[in-house]
Amino acid sequence: MKIVPVKKYISDVFGAIKSLATGMKRTMYYFTHHKEIITQQYPDNRNTLELPERFKGEVVMPHDENNEHRCTGCQACELACPNGTIKVIFKNELTPEGKKKKAIDKLVYHLELCTMCNLCVEACPSDAIKMAQTFEHSVFDRSKLTKVLNNPGSKIMEGVE
Amino acid sequence: MYRETDIIQSADQSPEGYMIINVGPQHPATHGVLHLVITLNGETIKKVEPHLGYIHRSIEKMCESLSYRQFIYVTSRMDYLSAHINNHACALCVEKGLQVEIPERAKVIRVLMDELTRIASHELWWGAMAMDLGAFTPFFHAFRERETINDIMEETCGARLTMNYMVPGGVMHDIHPNFQRRVKEFIQLYKSKIHEYDELVTGNIIFQNRMKGVGILSAEDAISYGCTGPVARGSGVSSDIRKVQPYEIYDKLQFDEVLETGCDSFARYLIRIKEMNQSIRIVEQLIDNIPEGDFQAKTKAVLKLPKGEFYTRVETARGELGVYIVSEGGTTPYRIKFRSPGFSNLSVLDKIARGGKIGDLIAMMGTLDLVIPDIDR
Repeated sequence: MKIVPVKKYISDVFGAIKSLATGMKRTMYYFTHHKEIITQQYPDNRNTLELPERFKGEVVMPHDENNEHRCTGCQACELACPNGTIKVIFKNELTPEGKKKKAIDKLVYHLELCTMCNLCVEACPSDAIKMAQTFEHSVFDRSKLTKVLNNPGSKIMEGVE
Repeated sequence: MYRETDIIQSADQSPEGYMIINVGPQHPATHGVLHLVITLNGETIKKVEPHLGYIHRSIEKMCESLSYRQFIYVTSRMDYLSAHINNHACALCVEKGLQVEIPERAKVIRVLMDELTRIASHELWWGAMAMDLGAFTPFFHAFRERETINDIMEETCGARLTMNYMVPGGVMHDIHPNFQRRVKEFIQLYKSKIHEYDELVTGNIIFQNRMKGVGILSAEDAISYGCTGPVARGSGVSSDIRKVQPYEIYDKLQFDEVLETGCDSFARYLIRIKEMNQSIRIVEQLIDNIPEGDFQAKTKAVLKLPKGEFYTRVETARGELGVYIVSEGGTTPYRIKFRSPGFSNLSVLDKIARGGKIGDLIAMMGTLDLVIPDIDR
């Protein structure tokens, strides 16, 4: 049994009470200063919500007003993807001169496999795909997570090679 | 393995009799799926046996089928609290093999991100540590500052936790125009709030009594168990890779390696609190001095490492992370090995817990700062 001097014992007791009071003071400060408490709400304000433009939600393919995209079907995104998320399916298209030309039929994107690593967007040489700022991906059926990125009937933009 | 019959049988053989308690794999205080088999004699711990493998994803094997650009994203999933630093280590190792010199701007951005990650990681550890001991309020205080860092990361890297921002040759994007302003705002917020940490937890007598003199780890043991990071520095072992073997621009920066000689849980706690201040010091030095230039060096579209073995090590928030790549000259690594800090730090738990009380075990485990996906990979 260690013998503690009376003086030290008393100073220890008062020091302990002081330390508890200091912590309590800080707690009471926030108890009385409601404005300093930061509570972040779930982003239900969809119309006014602004996420950073680099936020990686899901991969999308922007189309212009003529339903044209910039994808040449070079498969760079398919090769860059670590998880096999993207699959490019081709079709043969006839050019006005009557030549056969390879074009994309579907760009299949498996959201359930995607880890949002941004490597496909980096790899794309013609800026055909980009990351969208969506964040609620839960659906009732798994098959809904397999998406086709190009719109039906869309074709490649003029001048994109 | 630990069926009821076994326990009864072996308790018969022991003169004192002992009890086996399983903590985890679904215990909130283990911060993940860690399974501890604790042998008790009354309240005294006789043995602690960690059982691993509940979150094994075979990351090392996965990396063998991925190219040198692709495998970096997987490492964010190891130690998710220092995702940037993991990615940094991998990028450094690939650059070492490629013999690429990366631009000065990329180096500074990388170090800035690393230090912000370190602060965020220690903030979360501080909140979780206090919560392990039963204090709930500090968790919210820690998250207030950590959210600010996460917002900065979200703006520049596009993600809050698994950023995948470091690529071989530099960083993926340039910093966001708002980056410098927001980091300065964070530094101000941090400096105005850090004294609350000491008021709430560090000075608290209950906290001190539960930490001081508990979980003694001598310097010899820290070395022989291979401990690194704050765990080793709490025992007075100098092990900061940023000082021992500086990478990037750490040799040009002014910061101290924090050392404590208390060897107990409280020393390990103080190390992390002081390390946050050192990280703020580094961020302050760099935030106004980001050099102009490219943020990424020109690299080939398909990366091929020459035949050979490459090893780099960096200091994560938990200790030394080593990345070892064996290349056969192809586009994918032949073998990858990660030396994770958490694994060695966990192995010391049995040593420091023996002879202690079961009530202190969670506190000891808290000061080791275990991240289970990092241990299991």
